[in-house]
Amino acid sequence: MNAYDHVLKARSKGRYTSIDFIKEVFTDFMEMHGDRRFKDDPAVICGLAYLSDIPCTVIGLEKGKDNNDKQKRNFGSAHPEGYQKALRQMKLAEKFNRPVIMFVDTPGAFCGIEAEQRGQGHAIAENLYEMSAIKTPMLSVLIGEGGSGGALALAVADEVWMLENAIYSVISPEGCASILWKDSSKVKQASENLKLTAENLKSLDVIEKIFKEDETLFKRLRDDMYELFKRNLKLDKDELIKKRYERYRRMGNVK
Amino acid sequence: MMLFKKPKNSLEGNPKIQFKLFKDKTDTLSKELFTCKKCKKAYSEKELSESFNVCPFCNEYYRISARERLDILCDSASFIEHDSELTSVNILGFEGYDEKLSEAKKQSKENESVVCGVCNIEGIKTAIFVMDPFFMMGSMGSVTGEKITRLFEYATDNKLPVVGYCVSGGARMQEGIMSLMQMAKVSAAVKRHSDANNPYICILTDPTSGGVTASFAMQADIILSEPGALVCFAGPRVIEQTIKKKVPDDIQRAECVMKNGFIDNIIGRKSQKSYIGKLLRMHMRYEA
Repeated sequence: MNAYDHVLKARSKGRYTSIDFIKEVFTDFMEMHGDRRFKDDPAVICGLAYLSDIPCTVIGLEKGKDNNDKQKRNFGSAHPEGYQKALRQMKLAEKFNRPVIMFVDTPGAFCGIEAEQRGQGHAIAENLYEMSAIKTPMLSVLIGEGGSGGALALAVADEVWMLENAIYSVISPEGCASILWKDSSKVKQASENLKLTAENLKSLDVIEKIFKEDETLFKRLRDDMYELFKRNLKLDKDELIKKRYERYRRMGNVK
Repeated sequence: MMLFKKPKNSLEGNPKIQFKLFKDKTDTLSKELFTCKKCKKAYSEKELSESFNVCPFCNEYYRISARERLDILCDSASFIEHDSELTSVNILGFEGYDEKLSEAKKQSKENESVVCGVCNIEGIKTAIFVMDPFFMMGSMGSVTGEKITRLFEYATDNKLPVVGYCVSGGARMQEGIMSLMQMAKVSAAVKRHSDANNPYICILTDPTSGGVTASFAMQADIILSEPGALVCFAGPRVIEQTIKKKVPDDIQRAECVMKNGFIDNIIGRKSQKSYIGKLLRMHMRYEA
């Protein structure tokens, strides 16, 4: 399978979206709407749920199921209020010592006039800034598309996991091809060059785990999450965010 | 932390400021006379350098290199550069990146898209980073992120304020995911610096966009901008492609972004030094 096949798989119809993971991995999910500043962004789902016996804060970028739902959720492209809503929930999680799980599946933060006017850049920047030091265990799972800053804004965590067919990239292969080579048909070449598959990212040490997409996926996710949170909940909070700092600190090759 | 001094720095022992308008294809550039792209009036090199690369007639802002900014901003011979030797590696083996890098180095005479160090501004010691528009349009690669992160860490350890000039087309796609990770890396260092009660002042210049806007450009305690600078997350072309509508030209200019509440003030190039100096002084802790 080449890199572009992974891109197509990550975007394919009928793929599990965040809602499925929330339903299958957790119990007693209760959704919480709104950012308390502007409005509720349906591209981001937030709420409380149990992971076995651990109460958790669950956040997911949701692309939607049928056409109506997809439109309502803006195909998983969040506006600033979506990121602000997620951040508010993270702060509550910190307050009540709940682990945070984020499911990431987005083509990117929405690029529109209103998103700009309400500070898309600022909203992402604020999330990166705050999430680096939120004193509660955090985990991000890339389940489909991980589109640039819009994905990263929900992927600063103690560990980042990926499904085998998920992708994570600084720019879409289409965008990259059209900017670099002025030729959007070179999208396969761009996908190859961007090193955006789970395997690539594992070897670059950007993610900790890859999950095979088979029938035991949800169970394995549940078990591994449980184990991680049990371990991280015991950690001293300063130690936890020190480790998180170091996780990102080592990234990047310089000479 | 190692400090490196660049030997041929015009700042060191040479207070005379010299400016060049960078040549681009559209410029009708003669040796002594420049023509403003906007108002088409001609002026001499001296006039241009006296106005810090701003057209003396119509106030059009021209881009200036990181070194020239440092010349304007730092007290004479006070700048000591950090990590000047750090340079990018083509980790992903991205096609054409090696060539682009060496071209950028040649064009900008810098090793990376940001120059970092410590200096005095109006007598106050401060850590400073200045991005360079002539190095791949200030795009953020691993070294850009690393240098800025090290600067924030140095400033945290030494209780220094940070002053930063942003100019960037965003994350550097030739470094793929690694350039994206720099956003998280720098953000974490900014947060630590801030949690230790150190001030961070950031000045946005034309253009500040993408991954830089979505990280350290928007995380400062005080965010200033040059007049007319493009400040955005997604650039106008990307938005037009997404929503299939024309984007009004002024909507992402600093004046409008300030109106929307994301910039503290717009300060002209000439008054930046005294303005920043005054701000830094006001941020010194008052002990009763």
